[in-house]
Amino acid sequence: MKNTYKSRLPGIVFVIGALLVPLASQAETAEEKGLAIAMEYDKRDSGFLDLTAKMTMTLRNRQGNETTRFIKFKTLEVPGDGDKSMSIFNTPADIKGTAMLTFSHKLDPDDQWLYLPALKRVKRISSKNKSGPFMGSEFAFEDLGSQEYEKYAHKYLRDEVIDGMDSFVVERVPQYKYTGYTRQEVWFDKKEYRLIKIVFYDRKNSLLKTLTYSDYNKYIDQYWRAGKMYVENHQTQKSTTLLWDDIVFKTGLSKRDFDKNSLKRAR
Amino acid sequence: MTSNTFAERFGTWVVNHKWRVLLISLLCVFAAASGGRFLGFITDYRVFFSPDDPRLIAFESLQNTYTKNDNVFYIIAPKNGNVFTQKNLDTIERLTKEAWQTPYSIRVDSITNFQYTSAEGDDLLVEDMVEDSLSLTDNDLQRIKNITTNEPLLVNRLISPSGHVTGVNVTIQLPDAKGGGRVPEITKFSRDLVEKIKVQNPDLDIYLTGMILMNNSFQESSQKDMKTLVPLMFLIVIIVVGVLLRVVSGTIATIIIIFLSILTGMGLAGWAGIKLTPPSASAPNIILTLAIADSVHILVSFLYHMRHGMEKKAAIIESLRINLQPVFLTSLTTAIGFLSMNFSDSPPFHDLGNIVAMGVAAAFFLSVTTLPALMMILPVRVREGKTHGHHAMDGLAEFVIKQRGRLLWIMTIVILVLVSFIPRNELNDEFVKYFDKSVDFRNATDFATDNLTGIYLIEYSLKANDKGGVSDPDYLRTIDNFAQWYREQPATLHVNVVTDIFKRLNKNMHGDDPAWYRLPDERNLAAQYLLLYEMSLPYGLDLNNQLNIDKSATRFTATLKSLSSRELIELEEKAQQWLRENAPANMITDGVSPSIMFAHIGMKNILSMLVGTSVALVLISFILMIALRSIKIGLVSLVPNLVPAAMAFGVWGLFVGEVGLALSIVTGMTLGIVVDDTVHFLSKYLRARREQNKDAQESVRYAFSTVGTALWVTSLALIAGFFVLTFSTFKLNSGMGLLTAIAIALALIADFLFLPPLLMKLDGKKNANTTPEKISSQGA
Repeated sequence: MKNTYKSRLPGIVFVIGALLVPLASQAETAEEKGLAIAMEYDKRDSGFLDLTAKMTMTLRNRQGNETTRFIKFKTLEVPGDGDKSMSIFNTPADIKGTAMLTFSHKLDPDDQWLYLPALKRVKRISSKNKSGPFMGSEFAFEDLGSQEYEKYAHKYLRDEVIDGMDSFVVERVPQYKYTGYTRQEVWFDKKEYRLIKIVFYDRKNSLLKTLTYSDYNKYIDQYWRAGKMYVENHQTQKSTTLLWDDIVFKTGLSKRDFDKNSLKRAR
Repeated sequence: MTSNTFAERFGTWVVNHKWRVLLISLLCVFAAASGGRFLGFITDYRVFFSPDDPRLIAFESLQNTYTKNDNVFYIIAPKNGNVFTQKNLDTIERLTKEAWQTPYSIRVDSITNFQYTSAEGDDLLVEDMVEDSLSLTDNDLQRIKNITTNEPLLVNRLISPSGHVTGVNVTIQLPDAKGGGRVPEITKFSRDLVEKIKVQNPDLDIYLTGMILMNNSFQESSQKDMKTLVPLMFLIVIIVVGVLLRVVSGTIATIIIIFLSILTGMGLAGWAGIKLTPPSASAPNIILTLAIADSVHILVSFLYHMRHGMEKKAAIIESLRINLQPVFLTSLTTAIGFLSMNFSDSPPFHDLGNIVAMGVAAAFFLSVTTLPALMMILPVRVREGKTHGHHAMDGLAEFVIKQRGRLLWIMTIVILVLVSFIPRNELNDEFVKYFDKSVDFRNATDFATDNLTGIYLIEYSLKANDKGGVSDPDYLRTIDNFAQWYREQPATLHVNVVTDIFKRLNKNMHGDDPAWYRLPDERNLAAQYLLLYEMSLPYGLDLNNQLNIDKSATRFTATLKSLSSRELIELEEKAQQWLRENAPANMITDGVSPSIMFAHIGMKNILSMLVGTSVALVLISFILMIALRSIKIGLVSLVPNLVPAAMAFGVWGLFVGEVGLALSIVTGMTLGIVVDDTVHFLSKYLRARREQNKDAQESVRYAFSTVGTALWVTSLALIAGFFVLTFSTFKLNSGMGLLTAIAIALALIADFLFLPPLLMKLDGKKNANTTPEKISSQGA
């Protein structure tokens, strides 16, 4: 089912693309170029093995009220599939020790387990919630998960200079059935293939929110990570700032650090 | 004296420069009228409240903390009386999916996308209540029916207890700037979707309600009124003026003047940036009604003098000479009456008052410039001779003079009796009932209230002690008890409270054991359930609409049957009392909602209009004293000016008994209108007393014979004009029209049957010669 859908779509898009860009007939199509950019991004980011970090998430509502949450985060690269990750919540006090394990998948719903210390039980959450908000923020799970190129159908739109950086603007359409978006526009900087900005369009193709990446740092001479991610919902005027600290790559985590037992031990 | 020479010079100048006057006045009208292109309709119920209304501010704050409650609500009633069939559920699934495409929608809730949680071993399943309906077995359907009709979050909100009607709610987040302008677009989308769904499944009825539909109805109602009522009123004008004047050119000229007055009033409104609402959209009709009098008074005198052999030009100058001041005075007092609406708490009535005042001013200027110029240009053919109609008036005058003692008593008793019925009026502003049953929104909402759920809400943002405090067991117990209390109230249809989610999760976490369907008794546990649940919800179905961002407060919504303002306020007061007795101090908060705002608007408006009416009364009385040059007569005039409104409210209390926002402005408005009759009657009376040295009785007789006919004809036109408003689809207009028509009729009765006996009583004992004022030639 999914396969026929996947294989048919690029064909249609190809035909439309071919009609629209007759001049570039011998050059690559917009779809091919878009895909090439996403693959390059993916390639440059692969091989990091694992990462630990601390996240500070500040939520802001229309009234300007704010609240801040602290989360410990670790992730393990899984070649050929979505990454495994664990989020550990230590504040506020009433959720201290609560931890969430996620096996993300490219096109299927993620597997998720949550450890509830008050109940002393690990609960598997079976849902299609990738589109839902992460801890009440303006980030959806699908925004925060790893960005493998297979998750989207790409199309190169144009070049643009943004914040002084030459960048590619690529449109991508999520391939996940239960996504909350019709499409996204992504700015990659040409030099380092980093994400600069993503503009999201909701199910009715209306402008929903803008995610901006900034304060990039390079780790172990290879991997760029943004220190700050800011997302603003244009419909509800709510916003969320996500600050990343203490990012460490290749700490030697293994699969055993990402299973149900490790979930209970997580601090 | 000076005013007369001025009026005479003015009249002469106008008739000598008829083309120039016509051209300049038309240019002025077109300059003003070109502002009409800026006119538009407001489609937002919030416009009825001033921006600093504390209840509006509290409600906006609640919506900003959680989500907006502007919505489109689909009510689906399958013809087989059962929602739970493959086909019907499939339709609802489809409608739910398509509704996500609604412009500016941020959330869609239905029984099919309801996030149902259940336990399966140590797994928590969170899934759409209904998916892929066409593959469901009878057992599945029965199971789904059992769950949904027993789910406190759904029953009486999105599903009827018997499962015969269901709802799909679309939450709309309008962009702030000119958000109201998007309402027609959203309405059109929703109506198209209904048609589309009905084609796919004709075996069900779909109705549309919700705040967006109500907002849209404001515009539709106004446009409908303007299309039907204004032409009807023009027809009445043609008949009344035609019969009265019996001169074609005069009738045509009157209609032109009225038309230009409306254009000017509405055009100036456009220049002033006023946007129309149903109350202000009735302005053309009211201008039309009021503008008649000016033209009629000038034309009646003009034709009278022509019939009595005066040459046309001289007749016009003479008519202007004797009418300029009274017409100016009556226009001024009418304008003051309408401008008193600026004291109202409800901005649409400021607009109505200002537009009408501008229209009345335009009518005055046009009647003394364009009208004479037109009459100079148009051919006028009259038969010489006496105008009739005076015989009846002479008879009435004799009757009143003869029976003056008895009339004074009878009228006093009638007035007192009617006034005693005023307290029978109960304040009520139910916004759904603002629309009559010819409006789709009203019918859909009535159907919803009868079969599924109400549109009247009371909402609370209930605060906990600290951040994350919503998980505190004490807090949860208190709001659960509050919900319990609300559910015990007979008017309550549904209570949306976060505790039902906690109870269900607690049950899910204990293998769906019904014994665990209760609040978690530990804060950490509750907080962790909440986190778990929050993390499992998909796009658009999150808890943002129920929890604030730092989880220190929750939204509590009670959905109610249709209640009158009094019942609603009483219920909320009881709720406040419950909170004071059972909840910690920081949780006590006023209930907010559009229903609450409308419930208070009548009283708020009456209080503010008391001030407005008093100011108008003082100004108008002052003007009368100066114009009539008598403090005593000015004071006597207060009686026939004030009594009609009081009597009208008494009649209203006797037969209707329900007043609201619109009726609170009637007193100020009618004051400016009914005073005209008094001015005309008293000025003639005084002229007889002063110029002709007649006694009170003779002066009354003179007043009746000179202005009696004109008074009852103009009153008739006014009554007809305001009566036309009773055909409005919008209750604020129809009620206002009817009450004003009653007040004007009573004013006429008071001017004919009560004022003369009163004058003869108070003014009659003295000989005419002792009247202290100097003889004046003012008035006519």
